[in-house]
Amino acid sequence: MSANDVILRIDRLNKSFGTNHVLKDATLELRRGELKVLIGPSGGGKSTLLQCMNFLLPPDSGRIWLDGNEIKFKNKRELYAYRQAVGMIFQDFNLFDHLSAMENVRIALTKVKGIPKKAATERAMAELERVGMAGKAALYPAQLSGGQKQRVSVARALAMDPKVLLLDEPTSALDPELIGEVLTVIKDLAKSGMTMVMATHQITFSAQLASEFIFMEQGCIIEHDTPAVLLAESANSRTKDFCAKINELGESA
Amino acid sequence: MEEYWLFASERVIPGLNVALLISAKLIVPSALYGMLLGVITGVLRVYGFAWVRRVADIYVALFRGTPLVVQLYFWYFALPYISIAGHSIVLNAMQASILGFALCSAAYQSEYVRGGLLSIRAGQFKAAKALGMSPLQTVLHVVLPQAIRRSMPGIGNEIIYLIKYSSLASIITVEELMGAARSIAKATWRPVEAYGTVAIYYLVLVTLAMWLLRWAEDYFSIPGFERSKED
Repeated sequence: MSANDVILRIDRLNKSFGTNHVLKDATLELRRGELKVLIGPSGGGKSTLLQCMNFLLPPDSGRIWLDGNEIKFKNKRELYAYRQAVGMIFQDFNLFDHLSAMENVRIALTKVKGIPKKAATERAMAELERVGMAGKAALYPAQLSGGQKQRVSVARALAMDPKVLLLDEPTSALDPELIGEVLTVIKDLAKSGMTMVMATHQITFSAQLASEFIFMEQGCIIEHDTPAVLLAESANSRTKDFCAKINELGESA
Repeated sequence: MEEYWLFASERVIPGLNVALLISAKLIVPSALYGMLLGVITGVLRVYGFAWVRRVADIYVALFRGTPLVVQLYFWYFALPYISIAGHSIVLNAMQASILGFALCSAAYQSEYVRGGLLSIRAGQFKAAKALGMSPLQTVLHVVLPQAIRRSMPGIGNEIIYLIKYSSLASIITVEELMGAARSIAKATWRPVEAYGTVAIYYLVLVTLAMWLLRWAEDYFSIPGFERSKED
């Protein structure tokens, strides 16, 4: 693969809260169409890494390149443009509570991208269609199930035509019977070539799709390789130990 | 009783009807400016830079901390004596009243808005940021529409107060409802009829305002932000 395929590159991101060093020298390269999966124990830094990658939490140090251009985050305009290009899916959805599903998808199109209302509405409906939520376009977040909310939030992110999608445990806040519908949407995205980084505990599911597993613990990337290598019978990896543990706890769901 | 109604309808009501228009010209702009300034002040007190927040806090402390009568006297009687570089501002009684009511009302409104703003979950900001919205866009399109819905009962409460304290304009010579009632009472020596009738006028105004505010709450109501079902 040529270096041109690298869409997003982060180099030695660090983040501390007081004396608590929660992200240590996180470095990774993301190629077009890749799905990298962050796994590891809670509090290991997965969520911090994702939020630092989108500057929702400004890292204390480190550099980020998108499409080969280093992002100068001091420049607000550049920061806002970068965030449009790097979509984010949250564990607890964070739909705008005062807007219907369609308006949730449309608002950034009209207010941030300046697309006229009619065109933006059509685009929003197309994205809702893609996640199977067009029939619920008029409903408000309070009227949707968790799985439906998460699908709307995926549509909202996709409407911005992101180059990369960051997913922070997208199914962790869902009832078990609702996880499937969200995983289906993520699977479709992966198959359509969307470049993604996803933190998740859905090991079995993500092992089938991931181009790479990244194991994080205590703020460090401990190991990273293809799921096949890390989970092989002969492998002696932290990833395998961890997966064995959560599989015992009933990951099969 | 019959005589009361006769007197009220012949002498009191015609006078009060003229004054009602003046009261409306006092209350409506005061309420609108008060709400607008209250929302702006509330936003600055929560999201402003440290020094902006401090200035806004001092404004609220000052206007909530001094009697409204003192503020009205200040705008009407004292302001003309304050000259800066040879210029001084002279307000007529209507202008001084509207200024006084709007500034006082906004100080209270900002507190209701502040409460609404503080109730918005951090995730709403994160989601807006992640879509590339600027802080101003986030506040205008995501936070305020939710916060104002949550502040509406408080905002309505303040407007109802404003309707009643608009009667204070009479002490700086505005012939609004209360001023007219006092003139009638003095001229006729019939205080029971004059003040009894004006009380009914205020009661009706407040009742109309309550209906209007209820209607507005229902109109802007959306799932997740409904008025409680008990009332």
